[in-house]
Amino acid sequence: MDFNDSPTEAAYRETARAWLEEAVAAHRAEHGEPKANTPEHMAAAKAWQARKAAAGYACITWPAAVGGGGGTPIESVIFGQEEGKAGIAYGYFTIGLGMCVPTVMAFSETDTKKRFVSPAVKGEEIWCQLFSEPAGGSDVAALRTRAVKDGDEWVINGQKVWTTGAHYSDFGILLTRTDPDVPKHKGLTMFWIDMRDAAVECRPIHQMSGGREFNEVYFSDLRVKDSQRLGEVGQGWQVALVTLMNERLAVGGSAGPNYREVMELARALPGEDGPALSNDAFREKLADWFVASQGLKFTRFRTMTALSRGQTPGPESSIGKIISANQLQDLANTAVEMQGEYGILTGPEAAAGAAFQQSLMWAPGLRIAGGTDEILKNIIAERVLGLPGDVRVDKDVSFKDMPTGR
Amino acid sequence: MDFDYSDDQKFLKDEARKFLGGRCPPAVVRGVLDDPARSYDAPLWAAVAEQGWLGAAIPEEHGGLGLGRVELCAIAEELGRAVAPIPFASTVYILAEAVMAHGTEAQKAAILPRVAAGELIGALAVSEGPGVLTPSALSARVEGGKLTGVKIPVTDGDVAHTAIVLASEGGKPGLFLVDLTGAGVTRETLESLDPTRSVARLTFDGAPAERLGAAGEGFDLVQAILDRAAVLLAFEQLGGADRCLEMAKEYALGRYAFGRVIAGYQAIKHKLADMYVKNEVARSNAYYGAWALNASTLKENGAPELPTAAAAARIAASEAFWFASKESVQVHGGMGFTWEVDCHLYYRRSRQLSLVAGSPRLWKERLVSELEKKNAA
Repeated sequence: MDFNDSPTEAAYRETARAWLEEAVAAHRAEHGEPKANTPEHMAAAKAWQARKAAAGYACITWPAAVGGGGGTPIESVIFGQEEGKAGIAYGYFTIGLGMCVPTVMAFSETDTKKRFVSPAVKGEEIWCQLFSEPAGGSDVAALRTRAVKDGDEWVINGQKVWTTGAHYSDFGILLTRTDPDVPKHKGLTMFWIDMRDAAVECRPIHQMSGGREFNEVYFSDLRVKDSQRLGEVGQGWQVALVTLMNERLAVGGSAGPNYREVMELARALPGEDGPALSNDAFREKLADWFVASQGLKFTRFRTMTALSRGQTPGPESSIGKIISANQLQDLANTAVEMQGEYGILTGPEAAAGAAFQQSLMWAPGLRIAGGTDEILKNIIAERVLGLPGDVRVDKDVSFKDMPTGR
Repeated sequence: MDFDYSDDQKFLKDEARKFLGGRCPPAVVRGVLDDPARSYDAPLWAAVAEQGWLGAAIPEEHGGLGLGRVELCAIAEELGRAVAPIPFASTVYILAEAVMAHGTEAQKAAILPRVAAGELIGALAVSEGPGVLTPSALSARVEGGKLTGVKIPVTDGDVAHTAIVLASEGGKPGLFLVDLTGAGVTRETLESLDPTRSVARLTFDGAPAERLGAAGEGFDLVQAILDRAAVLLAFEQLGGADRCLEMAKEYALGRYAFGRVIAGYQAIKHKLADMYVKNEVARSNAYYGAWALNASTLKENGAPELPTAAAAARIAASEAFWFASKESVQVHGGMGFTWEVDCHLYYRRSRQLSLVAGSPRLWKERLVSELEKKNAA
């Protein structure tokens, strides 16, 4: 039991580190460090992706023939760690390269693959994933966006929601309903679409946290060719499952302040008797957060170990988001409460740059995005522990006859 | 990255599970539970000695197998899973580990071969009453090499041959090895939450005592001993927690209510998912503890990571086993509350294992103190 790289892994890490050192310096010299959500930031992100692709560090596990690195999963994890340490991270390509493009690769003709895979790897084109709808969140298969066949084309009408990056994406994969007369899972079909089409409209969602990072996407008589179909008509659910399985192995740490930051705050804040850090109730919570954080860190190490041994990782990584999202909420709230009345402040006067207030307002979204706590527990119960699925009252009912509430 | 049991360690663990499946089924645990006259299962103890487990981590020169601490952790995990009713922890995690870490060559030669052979049971005698024992409250005393005082409770104290006793000498706390079979020792078996692990009151009246480790450092030595034991105990707790989840799952899959299997209800599914999450957090922390414990035995000055790693392993494992054991009773419903169903064996053992080396509350305080030190450094 140790944390060392194998000799091959160590050599790979050394090479990656050396490359990163030079590449990051050259990249920064050219692009600086632009603010997030600006055109300059996007341009820098695309340039960085192209640089990685040229060196074989983009899509490391993909074959070199399609522009990937032809490497192993553990190499991908190692490069990700080193890239993280180098402090260079752009999130624009994660969904496209992690979920959408693999789906395109799995379900389209050679010509389509040729057209899209390489530009995506090089960062020239960005993809988004259009699954969730107002009527289909946790129950994605209840979606209502309709695609109706019209000769060699399909006409699409409807609405998606919570689409990350829709406003800067060039293409998207879109799950639609093509047959409302059969049970919900059986009447779905997947397409790729051009996000720049005039029949596609993106509207930002104003989140409870105040920001506008996600979108609603509306389709008004969007016409797509039948050749844009991914998989067979009515097989959209099976295609979507492949997309979701391709979700990239999350090996990075979770965002937001952790026990270290809250400990720093507590050391500086006056409590009832000495610094807030001396409060027993706080110390107990701090210990719990530390233990959970370590638990997640070492669980990632276990996953890496499986990859390093050439095995399929176990299901243990499924615990990650349930723990981190809830912990962020609890930790942020404790840090805010610890400040007393002052904790209400979010402006320039706020303690710790208002990081805890921001996390407090962001955490509810984290507990919902990418699978709610409840859905994740169902997944652990059903796929890890092998417990039966819930009673499905809609299993044999035509979609059009399903009861709908709000 | 190689952060898991090796193939050899997995093999050892599988063999241990098979062995305990045959030698330590619930009927053996219940044999001790239901008979107040029995403090442990002697045939199982002899069989475990025969397997070499008592000396797994003891060097070959002292009659052991000379394996690493990770191997011992693998055995501990299986003992916990089987709720083995034997004084393994007191003898191996505490006495043998303490003598290896702090004993003189003569003490090692006198004690370790006998532990490995199954001839010597150990105990740690620190507590003198309810609550936290502070240096000023310590009343056991050693004068002229003779120990006087009362220790209560002492796990396995009624059957142990040698105890490590915390007592003050010349006003300073120290640790002492005491032969419990010799003169000046009275022992009395006491009733406890977990009758499958015995506890005693030890009354010393001029019992010969030999110092273990440096003079005046008794409390630090106890902590150092508990740091090592905590990792091994965490593996026992983890093994128990895993078994509770399995039992709850098996029961839920076979029990019908309202026309369907209860394992299909979200209230049950989410409860079992919560158990799984806690068990995995405990496993990952325990693995890190195993690494730190093993590293501490390989380096001259120990591993600086051990105190934090041990505390985290203990906290996570205590929480996981407590949660799994209580919620396993809940999933079993009324049957879970009966004597006949095994849930209470685990519920009891989860309490025993959480209390035996200091409560989670104390370990949380220790953990945060360590984080403060690190942060200040």
